[in-house]
Amino acid sequence: MKILVTVKEIAEVADDFQIADNEIEETYLEYDLNEWDDYAVEEGVQLVEEGLADEVVAATIGPERAEETIRMALAKGADRAVRVWDDALEAQDLLDVETKADIFAAIVEEEQPDIVLTGVQANDDSFGATGVALAERIDYEWAAVVNNLDLDLDEGVAHVRRELEGGLEELTDVDVPAVFTIQTGINEPRYASLRGIRQAQSKEIAPKTLADLGLEESDADSVLQVAEMFEPEAEGEAEFLEGDAGDQAGQLADVLADVGVLGE
Amino acid sequence: MSDVLVVAEHRRGELREVSYELLTAGRRLADAAEGDLHVAVISGDVEEYAEDLSREGVDAIHTVADGEEFNHDRYVAALVALAGDLDPEFVITPNSVNGLDYAPALAGRLGRPLVTDAVAVDVDGEGLVVNREMYGSKVETVIEVAEGPFVVTVRGGEFPPAEAVAEPEITAHDLDIGDLGSTVTGYEEVGAGDVDISEADFLVSVGRGIEEEENLSLIEDLAEVTGATISSSRPIVDNGWLPKNRQVGQSGKTVTPTVYLAIGISGAVQHVAGMKGAETIIAVNKDPNAPIFDIADYGIVGDLFDVVPELIDELN
Repeated sequence: MKILVTVKEIAEVADDFQIADNEIEETYLEYDLNEWDDYAVEEGVQLVEEGLADEVVAATIGPERAEETIRMALAKGADRAVRVWDDALEAQDLLDVETKADIFAAIVEEEQPDIVLTGVQANDDSFGATGVALAERIDYEWAAVVNNLDLDLDEGVAHVRRELEGGLEELTDVDVPAVFTIQTGINEPRYASLRGIRQAQSKEIAPKTLADLGLEESDADSVLQVAEMFEPEAEGEAEFLEGDAGDQAGQLADVLADVGVLGE
Repeated sequence: MSDVLVVAEHRRGELREVSYELLTAGRRLADAAEGDLHVAVISGDVEEYAEDLSREGVDAIHTVADGEEFNHDRYVAALVALAGDLDPEFVITPNSVNGLDYAPALAGRLGRPLVTDAVAVDVDGEGLVVNREMYGSKVETVIEVAEGPFVVTVRGGEFPPAEAVAEPEITAHDLDIGDLGSTVTGYEEVGAGDVDISEADFLVSVGRGIEEEENLSLIEDLAEVTGATISSSRPIVDNGWLPKNRQVGQSGKTVTPTVYLAIGISGAVQHVAGMKGAETIIAVNKDPNAPIFDIADYGIVGDLFDVVPELIDELN
């Protein structure tokens, strides 16, 4: 059984930053593996370790810089990787869900995985939609926001838990092949070991263009356009306690005393 | 004239609050587009739900009495059929766990663009304009979608719930749903335990800024000298450092203490949803732009490893 894990290199914003031309200036961005995808990779690798799967292939949409991130997935146990990028994708300022689903669908067509794992969302654009859109596109079943996955290969069913709001979990049986969007906390992602990092250097990251996947340049066209980007206005005005840590702590103690919540 | 179709959400026999909020969002969009507001309610006791959803501003309610609880295959099939009949320019669903379990598939099936997690929606000419947050709520973006029709998921808590009762037309639809590829087999409450943080008067809540599990002892010391109860944001529970019953937020508990002291918590929207009702919110964080400061009454920009020991000393 083969598992495809989609991973994304996400941008993290520095504490202080500047926006210019509806973009955060590059100097204020740092890149990392999307947190949710880290759990998805771990889930895939654990399925191999449990003998339920044979191979984990990581797929990403991103520029050459993203290889650093995808090597992280390889160092943690993914067997090989596919990275899709070209000028048509580079030209878009925000890829829409349809484009991402089209690209991953083309990879699914090539790889024929039994299970696709994605993170619930990406920490930068937070769309939270790629996994389910992909499932629809490739005619797989799916479950979103999965925090427990128990595969029954004999029955061709996955018993999953979906984390709903308010401390409630839904128990659902899903026919396989399927796409699962993975919630944080489903497992404990491993650190990449030195040995894993060394091994990752020799694992394959296949670069592909839209044309390689049988897609057109126009498939990258996004109907979404970022018209404005700004720092949101604060809903209220916090009173900041100034001074060094001792001064701040003193003022905070006064606030707590005034409010009257300090216990005996 | 461009109509709006809002999809209501219910769970275990009750409509969820976001359903009433979406009626407000839907009505505003319908007004801007000079159209009607239709509401769909699928599965469960749809007659009772339709009565509850009969609020001012709603023009028509469509019920699909198939199944008891949420199932995404059923929702997608029913909404594709309803969208075919009604031809709405905008379909609006909650940006909830279940909303994200069917809206992307629905958009795909209908061949419509999808924008998720909207905090504001408007129309501009023929296009849709959506405000949404990115980068962990550090920036807000205005997204324009030129080509409709559209599917949008709207974040809960952003619109006031529609309250005034009215009498819209209610139509029952008998649809052929087809095969289901997934089956809900049950529900389970998680997070029960010895402490109920929703009852606490003073919560000292710890987040990712604590860095290591052993540093939690610092927070335990603070809780001891203040008589506070310890709660946390999601990553602490994900790491297994505190049990699930301590988690505040959308997927954890909603709390309304007199004081919520957030230590090393950035203020992700999912967390804020669970604690914004606190009477006094105090935040300690190194990052002056952390979203938690937007809702805090008092803020300390500083290193928790400097401030918290000083506070413990001060209170001792």
